[in-house]
Amino acid sequence: MSNPYIPNIAVIRKIITENAVNDIKTFEVVFEDPELAESFTFNPGQFGMVSYFGAGECPIGIASSPTDQGFLQFTIKKVGVVTTALHNSMEGQKIGVRGPYGNGWPIEAMEDKNIVIVGGGFAFTTLRSLAKYMLHDENRDRYKDITIIYGARNPGELSYKYDLENWGKRNDLDLVITVDKGDAEWTGREGYVPTILKEVSPSSENAVAAVCGPPVMIRFTMPVLTELGFQPDRILLSLEMRMKCGIGKCGRCNVGNKFVCQDGPVFTQKELESMPKEY
Amino acid sequence: MNSKILGKNQLTKFIDEFIGEYRVFAPVKKGKIIGFDEIASGKETCLDFQNTKQPPKSVFFPQTEVLFEYKKGEKGLEKAGSGDRDKILLGMRPCDARALVIFDRFFSSGEHEDLPYLQKRERTAVVGLACNHPLNTCFCTSLGGSPFGSEGMDLKLVDLGDEYLVEILTNKGEKLVEDIKWLRDAEESDLNRARDLAEDAENAMKPKISTDGLCDKLDGMFDDPVWEGIHQKCIGCGVCSFLCPTCWCFDVLDEDTGTGVKRVRIWDTCQFPLFTKQGSGFNPRPSGKERMRQRIMHKFNYYPKDFGEFGCVGCGRCVRECPVNLDIREVIRAVMSV
Repeated sequence: MSNPYIPNIAVIRKIITENAVNDIKTFEVVFEDPELAESFTFNPGQFGMVSYFGAGECPIGIASSPTDQGFLQFTIKKVGVVTTALHNSMEGQKIGVRGPYGNGWPIEAMEDKNIVIVGGGFAFTTLRSLAKYMLHDENRDRYKDITIIYGARNPGELSYKYDLENWGKRNDLDLVITVDKGDAEWTGREGYVPTILKEVSPSSENAVAAVCGPPVMIRFTMPVLTELGFQPDRILLSLEMRMKCGIGKCGRCNVGNKFVCQDGPVFTQKELESMPKEY
Repeated sequence: MNSKILGKNQLTKFIDEFIGEYRVFAPVKKGKIIGFDEIASGKETCLDFQNTKQPPKSVFFPQTEVLFEYKKGEKGLEKAGSGDRDKILLGMRPCDARALVIFDRFFSSGEHEDLPYLQKRERTAVVGLACNHPLNTCFCTSLGGSPFGSEGMDLKLVDLGDEYLVEILTNKGEKLVEDIKWLRDAEESDLNRARDLAEDAENAMKPKISTDGLCDKLDGMFDDPVWEGIHQKCIGCGVCSFLCPTCWCFDVLDEDTGTGVKRVRIWDTCQFPLFTKQGSGFNPRPSGKERMRQRIMHKFNYYPKDFGEFGCVGCGRCVRECPVNLDIREVIRAVMSV
């Protein structure tokens, strides 16, 4: 038995500014211990407890794909003490990383199915991990049609523009980007994610939907998916909760007797129906 | 294992047998308050109390605890708290000892065991003290406990008047007393006396509160209007959970020491709004209603569902110390009468 609260030391090797306002950055980190860097594995949808020593620790979804070897990426919005300290860091900064924690997206159960990914705002991070994983040459054959619907408030708020550009060139996925409100240069879709989802109307046949976004987006997206014929056990939702330990001990991320950090963060709509509406 | 008899005039001598080899924690009187503290001599011990204001959970789960330290400029992480002596916690009431079992189940469950707690627990022997005179706020018998219960203890002392019966409950307890040759063996009459006292204490706690089916009942009550009323007088001070022997929720934060960083865990409470407030500003438990419901649900529905027993031992501290007299027994009655 080892102390589960002791983080591994990782070094930030690259910082990518994701949005125009500059409050969302992707941190690419490498474990200091080469053995760990080599052996660390995770599922898309899992998270790490990321710490800046002296500021504290918080849960952050892993944004890179397990197919990215040797490094991890965390996309982090500057909102509190820890995330501000991280945002003020330079490349070369040592940070702490524990994990991976949580269940992640059920990548095996999703095999041989049509995949509908629905994400809003910067909550798109672990869906990006999922998309990158599924679109990887080694894995693409195991999934059928892939539809990605991703929305942000405005064009400047869209993360991973480099991925979106690459994905847009591919003919083996249906990529739908939308913004709540465009600007002078925006030629793409405008509209909220649930509205666009309804317009695109992906078939629910042999399909699984993976959803992550702000509470308001989720509230309006769920009925649309139901309308499209997605059964409750075919709708996957990744929940957000305040966490301190990441390992089911600190006592605050529970929904009923389920801990989002341990039993989740990914739940099916069917599971959520039997849980209290407290998320 | 035979029980022993310890004269009350031998208590100091008994405790002094352990001091040095062990770190001993026992009830100590400071001013008007009796609380658990580390003692340097058996004579500091005061076993003349009903229950302490604070439960002794901090021996295993300190209010602030350094999880590790990171030194600036050096290469690694430094672990805190290694090389400590084994401990003895003496004078723990049955409710508080039973609370340890509730902690044990939780902290050793799941994929990741809580090493900082379990290590301290493993290296501590618990010498309990049966309750001859439960308080009128005590309700352990309504929740499956007993004023003479032994759960969580290694040895149990029973006050027989001029002497204590020392019940040996575990190997750890046996090890404590095996070399103390001057303890006399208990006789049948001593055991009978203890049994009578146990019966008297249990009888003093009647009538019990009905908790039959409470867990199942709460299953369907998440959205019940009863919660609207229950929390109304609560001011959200959190004292109920800080003084609760079965509350373990914690926060983790960093302390910059100048030469390094200490990562510290501190007690936290589900009664504070920040407990669940997310970075976005969204709070799944925005008012006292949700926070009170969480506390009650956790103890009487979530914990029992996971571990088969209530997560409350009926020590009554939250009843005695609540500044607005919110009585958890009344909450149970209110829920049961829905």
